[in-house]
Amino acid sequence: MKRYLKQYGIWLAAAVACTILPLVFNSGFAISMLSQMGIAIIFALSYNMLLGHGGMLSFGHAVFYGLGGFLAMHAINWVGDGLPLPLEILPLLGGLFAVVCGLIFGWLSTDRAGTTFALISLGIGELIAASALMLPGFFGGEEGVSANRMVETTLTGFKFGRGIEVYYLIAAWMLICVALMYLLTKTPLGRVANAVRDNPERAAFIGYNARVVRTMQYTLSAFFAGIAGGLFAITYEIITAETVGAIPSGNVLMMTYIGGVGHFFGPIMGAVLVTMMQISLAGITHAWLLYFGLLFVGMILWAPNGLAGIIMMHEPVWKAGLMSRLLRAYGVIAIPTLVLFIGVMILIEINYHLSLSVNPDEPMSLFGMTFHAQSPVAWILSIVLIAVGFFFFRKAQQVVRDSWNEVTQLMKGGA
Amino acid sequence: MTALKLVDVHKSFGTSKIINGVSLEIPKGERHAIIGPNGAGKSTLFNLISGFYEVSRGYIELNGRGITGRPPHRINRRGLSRSFQVTNIFPKMTVFENIRCALFWPMGYRYSFWHMCDRLKNVNRKAEEILETINLADRRDIPAAMLAYAEQRELEIGITIAGDNTEVVLLDEPTAGMSLSETKRAVELIRSMTEGKTLIVVEHDMSVVFDLADRISVLVYGEIVATDSPENIRQNAEVQEAYLGKEIA
Repeated sequence: MKRYLKQYGIWLAAAVACTILPLVFNSGFAISMLSQMGIAIIFALSYNMLLGHGGMLSFGHAVFYGLGGFLAMHAINWVGDGLPLPLEILPLLGGLFAVVCGLIFGWLSTDRAGTTFALISLGIGELIAASALMLPGFFGGEEGVSANRMVETTLTGFKFGRGIEVYYLIAAWMLICVALMYLLTKTPLGRVANAVRDNPERAAFIGYNARVVRTMQYTLSAFFAGIAGGLFAITYEIITAETVGAIPSGNVLMMTYIGGVGHFFGPIMGAVLVTMMQISLAGITHAWLLYFGLLFVGMILWAPNGLAGIIMMHEPVWKAGLMSRLLRAYGVIAIPTLVLFIGVMILIEINYHLSLSVNPDEPMSLFGMTFHAQSPVAWILSIVLIAVGFFFFRKAQQVVRDSWNEVTQLMKGGA
Repeated sequence: MTALKLVDVHKSFGTSKIINGVSLEIPKGERHAIIGPNGAGKSTLFNLISGFYEVSRGYIELNGRGITGRPPHRINRRGLSRSFQVTNIFPKMTVFENIRCALFWPMGYRYSFWHMCDRLKNVNRKAEEILETINLADRRDIPAAMLAYAEQRELEIGITIAGDNTEVVLLDEPTAGMSLSETKRAVELIRSMTEGKTLIVVEHDMSVVFDLADRISVLVYGEIVATDSPENIRQNAEVQEAYLGKEIA
């Protein structure tokens, strides 16, 4: 019993959390955000099957997301016209369609990994995005394809008129897909994909054709991306050519990278965080893309292993019971970081107000204060905050470094 | 029964000829060493045999079947395995996983994505056995990149010889860079692990060569100048002149 709980406990907890979350955060906004997170989690994990597990940096993964989505959208219409398929399994059709496309594009692009693969993926992305406008029968031209998800045939008895019903469908698919993708890492193919990522030359001398391994990994990854696309179709009931394009491809790369490619759960965190930022920050500030870009660049420079890497770095410290020492140092550095960040933020916001708002002379408001963007007080304040924050940030960095050294020493002594 | 047969094998890169008509027959079960001065083409010869490079002219047979022009993974599946001059392992994977990955293909799990590795009892048992043999059982769960140099070389030998279908083993300077005691251990390991298999080894350490080999071929400027037993090679005048003179007094 205990053994089973240890093995399956985390999955049970995830299922319970997925069930309860929309009851706690029950506004339409929150449920729509949770739905989007679920889709993004599948998409980002599927992307990490390429990047993290297979060593393939793709700039065109949204091709499979989009193609799966388009096929699922057509399928919803077919069901509406009387095809006897329940709505709940339509994402699977999207996934299967992506498998067919994945086999073709995978074989074409996986002879080599590295730069060659990255460039071909970019080319395929552009190719599909361009053909989207040339093949209006499938892609629906400029206005895309739309459908009504409230069809007669369903398995669950849900009518899918309400957002929460769609959410539960997404949550169920997400749990299934996450579990399957996790299990895939435990199979011979999953392990050999790592081997090919690490050293394709050596993999040939343990019997493996690197291209076949990559193509299979690529195709399986496309399958899950296609399912995510199918769920997108059901959620939004409209899909346009943008979905196969460079923007969602770049987006999923950033989610995965910010979350961390080195650990299975990394992309889940990246998908949740980035979706949250995209939806909530966009409502707060026009400059949200700039903040998002700063976060991405910052992660690449200072935390290339992503959020998951940061967490896993602390695992041994946590196990050694030394976390409190680090937390004190983190508390010390948090204050100047916050000051620095507020300074930068004021500077960004007044610049955005001056250059992008309709009437720059109008007063702007920030943190509940209303002031003129031209007033020297705001400029001086922001620059002072940045200078002071930066100065103490550098000082605090030393504190953090010292306590890390101390903790490392203590752990060595303990071991 | 011939394990490996090379007939008039040539290899040139552009205008420079590296291998100039090498013919060699190695019977099953023999331990064969290839020696020669730097730049003689020893590693190139290995790369040709294992399919890493394409042969310019001539042909190669493994167990009586032609393997000329086949890609490395196909040659490997026919029972030929090799190590590299520069250590070539899967650095980010654990020591155990390195060995286990070398077992999937020979044990029939190939590209499977429907088996769970941890439940493949036969594979796991075999991997543990190999870890015991190469003395890395206590390093089982650390990333291979963290191993000491000599341990990495041993791991590579383990990967190379892991599969039961491996009949012909090519080792490229397996003891290079090892200390005296490490070399001794590695030679013992090679001897025991290649029991009943055909071994072809490139090696600079003459004590290893004369200790291990049943026969020796001397490669000079892309040609084999002599193939004979260790005693005869030691006495061969041509070999003395070309190579051994300075090293074996």
